[in-house]
This record gives sequence, C-alpha cells and structure tokens, in this order.
Amino acid sequence: MTLVIKGGRVIDRDGERVVDVVIDNGVIAEVGTNLSGDRMLDAIGCIVSPGFVDLHTHLREPGREEAETVETGSRAAALGGYTAVVAMPNTEPTQDSIAVVNLVRSLGERAGLVEVMPAGAITIERAGKQLAPFAELASAGVTLFTDDGNGVQDPLLMRRAMEYSLGLGITLAQHCEVSRLTDGAVMNEGSCCSHLGLPGWPSIAEELMVFRDIELARLTGAGIHLLHLSTSRSVELVRAAKAEGLTVTAEATPHHFTLTDETLRSFDSVFKVNPPLRTMADIEAIKVGLRDGTIDAIATDHAPHPQESKEQPLDQAPPGMLGLETALSLALGELDLDLLQTIALLSWKPAAIARLGARHGGPIAVGRPANVTVFDPDLSWTVKPSLLASKSRNTPYAGRTMRGKVRHTIFNGDAVVVDGTAQR
Amino acid sequence: MKHLRSIEELDAAGILSLLELTDHMVEINARPIPKVPALRGKNVVNIFFEDSTRTRLSFETAAKRLSADVMTFSVGTSSVNKGESLRDTIETVQAMGVDAFVIRHKSSGVPWQISNWTDASVINAGDGWHQHPTQALLDCYTIRQALGRKGGFEGLRIAIVGDIKHSRVARSDVQAFAALGAHVTLVAPPTLLPPSIAGWPVETSQDLDSLVGKVDVLYLLRMQRERMSEALIPSLREYTDRFGLTADRARRLGDSTLVMHPGPMNRGVEIAVDPSELPGNVIIQQVANGVAVRMAVLFQLLGQGDSLA
Amino acid sequence: MSQTNAASAPPDGGVFHVRSTVLSADDIRRAITRIAHEIIEHNRGLDGVVIVGLQRGGTWIANRLGEAIATIEPLANVPVGSLDASFHRDDFGLRPVVPGSVSDIPAHLDGATVVLVDDVLFTGRTVRAALEALNDYGRPRSVQLAVIVDRGHRELPIRPDYVGKNLPTRRDEDVRVSPEGVVIGDHS
Repeated sequence: MTLVIKGGRVIDRDGERVVDVVIDNGVIAEVGTNLSGDRMLDAIGCIVSPGFVDLHTHLREPGREEAETVETGSRAAALGGYTAVVAMPNTEPTQDSIAVVNLVRSLGERAGLVEVMPAGAITIERAGKQLAPFAELASAGVTLFTDDGNGVQDPLLMRRAMEYSLGLGITLAQHCEVSRLTDGAVMNEGSCCSHLGLPGWPSIAEELMVFRDIELARLTGAGIHLLHLSTSRSVELVRAAKAEGLTVTAEATPHHFTLTDETLRSFDSVFKVNPPLRTMADIEAIKVGLRDGTIDAIATDHAPHPQESKEQPLDQAPPGMLGLETALSLALGELDLDLLQTIALLSWKPAAIARLGARHGGPIAVGRPANVTVFDPDLSWTVKPSLLASKSRNTPYAGRTMRGKVRHTIFNGDAVVVDGTAQR
Repeated sequence: MKHLRSIEELDAAGILSLLELTDHMVEINARPIPKVPALRGKNVVNIFFEDSTRTRLSFETAAKRLSADVMTFSVGTSSVNKGESLRDTIETVQAMGVDAFVIRHKSSGVPWQISNWTDASVINAGDGWHQHPTQALLDCYTIRQALGRKGGFEGLRIAIVGDIKHSRVARSDVQAFAALGAHVTLVAPPTLLPPSIAGWPVETSQDLDSLVGKVDVLYLLRMQRERMSEALIPSLREYTDRFGLTADRARRLGDSTLVMHPGPMNRGVEIAVDPSELPGNVIIQQVANGVAVRMAVLFQLLGQGDSLA
Repeated sequence: MSQTNAASAPPDGGVFHVRSTVLSADDIRRAITRIAHEIIEHNRGLDGVVIVGLQRGGTWIANRLGEAIATIEPLANVPVGSLDASFHRDDFGLRPVVPGSVSDIPAHLDGATVVLVDDVLFTGRTVRAALEALNDYGRPRSVQLAVIVDRGHRELPIRPDYVGKNLPTRRDEDVRVSPEGVVIGDHS
C-alpha cells in the first residue's frame, strides 16, 4: 500500500519546495507534483519535514512505570512530531548493560510509534565510580552515553571516559552540574530564591563543569555533547570552544528558553526542574545561542512524574517537566527563527549528534527511510494536561495557548499520527 | 483576608489594625477567665510537620481562648507515609471539616501549596527559610508596646543580627518593620546573607560595634551550630566575637535599646550575657504577646462576616 | 452593640435619614439624673455598685451616670468601667465585627452589683453577650440594666431595670442616641 502526502511545503536541509511525497514499503518512493497513492494524507498549508529527533527523553521504563512507559512516552513523542527519541539511562535498573538496553529497545519496537534509542550510562548505575562497558553497548547499537540526572563529578573518571570513547563511534553527553554546589538546591540562585527562602542552585555549578569538559575535550581530542544548557555563561563558553574548533555540541530545552525562576513564586513544583529555570537574561542568551549555532539542538528533557510525587513540598518533589508534545509549538512561537533553522534544531542536527543520521533527519528524497513529520505552523491550540498522551500531567504550560501543531507523523513509512491523533 | 501565609499579604494599615485587635486580646488574656466564645464551632487544625513546642502551644492556646475546637498533630516529615503525598494528607484532614489550618513546615512554600488544595484558611506558622508572619506581628506588637509606637515605626532604627540567609524570622521582620517605616540594617557576614538582597528595603553591615548604642532595637537571630560544618562561619567563638551580644557590647547599649530574640536562645553564642540583666530586654514579652497576636489573627480570619460595605 | 450606636459607621451601611427628634439634650440630662436616683434607691445605697457602659454607645452614658451619682452622693466613689462584648456576640459570620475600645473593668466583680448601661435596648442580643462577657471578670451578686431608650422587639427574655423612655418603633427604623438627643430615622 502506498501513502501520499499531498500539497505540503517540504522543508529539509536541501531547502524548500511544494511537492507531494509518496511512501512505499517504509521508504520515500517518489517526490513530485500531482502524485497519488492508495492512501492520501492532506498536507495543504502544512510543512513536511524530516522527523524530529529528541536527544533527551525520560521514558521511565523499566522502574518507574507509574510515571511513563515506553509506549506512552513513544505516543507522546509521535504526537510531538518525533520519529526517534534517545531514552535516558536513569531507569531502574540503569541502562548500563546489554540486557536493559535491549529490553528498552524491544519495548520501543513493540510500541512501534518512534525509534527508541536507549542511551547507555557512562558509569555503572550512574554512580560515578566505574565506567560502563562502552564497546559492548556500542556493539548493541548504543550511540550516546550519559549519566544524565548526575554529572560525572570525578574529573579523572571523565577524562578516562573521553579517552576510552575515542574510535568507538559513540557520543558522550554530560549533565553539567558540580553537585557539591547544589546540595539540597531547589531553584535558581538569585534574587527570587533569596526572597522565597528556597535553597539556591547556582549557575556556577553548571558552568564549572561546562568549562571542565571543554578543557577535557581539548586535552583528549574526544567530542562532548553538553546537555540542557541553562545559563548565559555556559552559552558563552560553548561559543568560544566552537570558535577554537573543539568538537563540542550542546542542546537547550524549550523550558529554558521560555520560563524563568519567577514562576516559582507560585510554589508550584511543576516548575521545579534540573537544571533550574533561570532568568530572562539567560533565556535571551540561549535564544541567541540557538540562532547563531552555538547550541546545536532543541531537546525536550521530557521528564514525567506522577501527580502525587509532584504534590510534595518543593524540596521533596522530583525535578522535571513534560516536553515532547509542546516542544515544536514553543520552538515556532518563541524563537523567532525561520522554519529551516527551527527544523534543523529539531531534526537533522540532533540526529547527527545521536548518530541516527542514516535513518532520521535526512532529506525528503527518494530512497530515504520514510521518517517524516507534517505540521501546521499556524494552528492554535491550548494545552490541556488531561489531553496529553503522556502518562503524567506535569506540564508547566497548562492552559497556555500555542501556535503550531503536528498533524501527521510517519515512522518507518507507517502513519502513526494522522490529523493529530495517534493511530496506535 | 482569607489566609495569612506571608506578612506581605498585609500592608501597613493591615498590620496596624491587627495590632489594635491584639490590644483586645491582651485585655482578654488579663481577665480572671481568659476565654471568649468568639470562635465557637470553628475548627482549627494545627499541623506541625516540623516540631516547635513554643509556637504550637502558642497557637493552641490562642485558638482555645477564642473557644475554637483545636486539633494538633505533629508529623515528622520522615514519618509521613512515603506513599501519601502532602495533598493526600491535607485532603484527608479537610474531610473532617476544617476552618483553618495552621501549618509549620521545614520547606518554604508549603502553606501556599496547601491553600491551593483546601477551602479553609491557611495560617503560616513558619515555612522553611521563608516566612513566619505571626512572629513578625508579635515582634511589631512588642516594639509598639515597649516604645509606645502606636502609629508606626517611622524613624526607628532596627538592627537584625545573625543568620539572615536561613531565617524566616528575618525575612518576615524586614518586610513588617520596613512597612511600618523603620530603618532596618542587616548585620551578618556575607556567608549568612541571602545570595541576593536586591530590592530589600535594608542596609547591610558587618560592623556590629558601630551600630550598638545607635539603634533603637537590637534583634538577635538564633545561630545554629551546623552552620559551622557548612563552612559559613569558621567557629562559633569567632561568630560571638563579631556578632554576639557580649558583655562589652551590652555595656554600650542604651538603657532604652530593646533587645529581642525569636527563641530559643543559644546562650553564649548570639547572646553572651544574661538577658534578664539588660534594661531593654523584651524577649519574654515577645513570647507572652505571641498568644494575643495569634488570637487576633485567628479572629481576623475566622470571626468576621463578609464585608457589607 | 445594638445596631443603633455605631454612629460613625452604621453596621448596615447606607445613609441615615432623620425623621423625628424624640428626646432633646435636656430630656436626656433629666433622664440620666432620674436613673441615678433610681439606682441609689433601688440598691438602698451604693455599696458594691459598679457602673459598666456597653461599648460603644453606652460608655458616655455610663460616664454621665457616674457623674450624676457622684453629685448626689459625693462620698460614694462608684467605679465606672466599659465593656466590649464583641467577642461574645452570637452573630459572627453574619456581619463584620468591629471591636470598640479595649474593655476596662476597674473593679473585681465577685459579689458586686453591676449596672450595665447601654443607649438603646432592642433585640437584647448585645445585653446577652455582655452578661456572658461579665462572667469572665467574676461572679456579680446581681446585674441590672439601664438604657436611655427601650424600643421593643425583644428576641430574648431580657428586660431593663431603668429606662429613660419607652419608645414604640417599627423594626426597620433606626434609633440614634447622642448627648444632643434621641432621633428616629431610617436607612436608604
């Protein structure tokens, strides 16, 4: 059976044109005008782009199935226009062995909504003591390694990890946080936390590790991907490192370019996140970084938590917020970038960092795997937590009206989202 | 006014009118039978997630003197059933019929969270490092009483000394004192100040000696021993030397300088003299006024009909 | 407080329109003098008598009554106090409560003869609250009630011992008492 996407404006790394796209047997079979197929997906007024890739998703399974499962998270991802997500390794048990990695991957295949790429941990149980078996995991298809949730504190261990990664064809990604500086921290350190009497989470805790890892990249020659940058100084450090030609990449989350620490004046723990929401000046710096290429990707850090765990005092509530179903709208509405640049940040640039470029983010061209997103850039919608596909409800954008919404998502040639509705 | 979660919920006029109401409560407390039926049938629930015997007793006494029904339970946060959220706890108690929750918690903001989950009034009896509004009111009442300042604190010089960073008393007092027109100086090493005091209506100083004898009120905060292990101060001895009320500084205090402390005191640390020998010592009045101020707050929140104006 | 006496801020709000003057300033002076005589006569002297004005409307009358008694019996030295019964009222939640001045009871009331003084006796609810409040200060031997105007419409079994004037009124009318006289009017 062939599928035709009709009347959309195709935007990929090769540029922009209004064409129909025919998909057959999982690949793009034909691109041109006046094409037809067995099944038609209307794309008039919509953008047709390579599927999005999220470098930073917490699917919570195994271990925290009350918050999210691979299936519910995959559905949220597909509805957000993603065709691949990198599943963070802070599961229980940790994704530090082939058994766990294969379990997550097979759960993803069973759900069949997006490609679930499990990330490996850098250290066993993300405990920061002993390296995880990079090569063994790489042989099982793992391409990105991180202890996300924890930064690798020990500089010697991080140096060894980077040296050992050379030649394995993998990406190391750091959660930049010197934990000694953030013990008990709840929110950004500044005037707001001072007023609210909440323990501060200083920017310097992130920036010290950004600086350290840039210098380790220089020393070892290995690349490093820096997760969820949140401060203006971090952006500056990365910009300088790139200017020197170091292999440093970075991502930023939608919440770090849309929300400030002032939101916590409500004491609503939905706004507690790691790294914390910062200031307007940081938001501006991140936006500039996204615009000038300092920051390579928009990543969601989709972090579901069940309602009851968020209905705790701020210092006990876990950090994290949903992101998969709102990222595109926020990128379109808040960044003031042209569509090509926005899609690059959501699709082929993160695909390259996660080494998924062969299957995701490629141009809409004959013979390519059919991982395609169709979105209406002008459709206005209001975020209703109860209507989200995620098993959890912790979106900080409840009630907010946004512009731009995914209409169809095609994963491996299969229309998994049609007219904004998940098909499985 | 529905809740008292922060002293910021009151403007200067609001603070002064609560202090006037407190005058009535002081008179009631002086009666041979210090109990009135004003809050008969109202149910006040004190939930102390962090223990504080004196504040708990003060609120309990206040509610009983107004004839409210009072339930008190102290829950160590560690002992709360891990499976039950804070919201579950509140909704369970709420189901028994509650007009006001009096909440003490070691985490900032809990009274705000709770006020989103209940129709009852919420009174903050201390949350984290954030707010302790009834302490600020009783401190204002004590100063007003001792210095005869019924109309406000215009021109009054107040020094708050010690661990401002971790002090809900300091945050509430700064706002209340400044609202009433006082000039407030925070005296502390930079490690014991909040990360930013931009916008606070205060001056700061590290030189207590230059202020002793010049201020009308010397407000000493409790210095906790664990601050040493957090590398915030080198030693308690050095703290006392720089920021404590030593015998030498006590001699240089004017007779009319009020000495205040929220209790419990660390004798020999922030106060190295016998406070009872200081002419301006009003520490025990602070405790006594606590009951009357809390009666006024409870009456203000629960004893009033809807405004007809 | 009866609903007639908060002259500065009528609890029911609105504007007060005077319809007629019922007692003049002289009438009030004479009524207070007469009541002073009656109190002395009724109690066969002034032993143990304490005058307590009900806030807010009764306090000035209690003070005038104390002066009148002192003129008649210069050696008697009758204590005069004031009582705010706000915290004993039975209508909390029905309307805002604005306490008057702080109560001032100058004598121990155990065994005393308390003469409660108010401006207008209406439903009797203020007096009920005052009777209860008095108990906080001790157990008087007896409590008597003096009012300038009894306007009827009692809702409780309370009657005055000393009355300036019995004044039949409609329920929705308002009666105001001041040193200048007694007026009847209504609200709009």
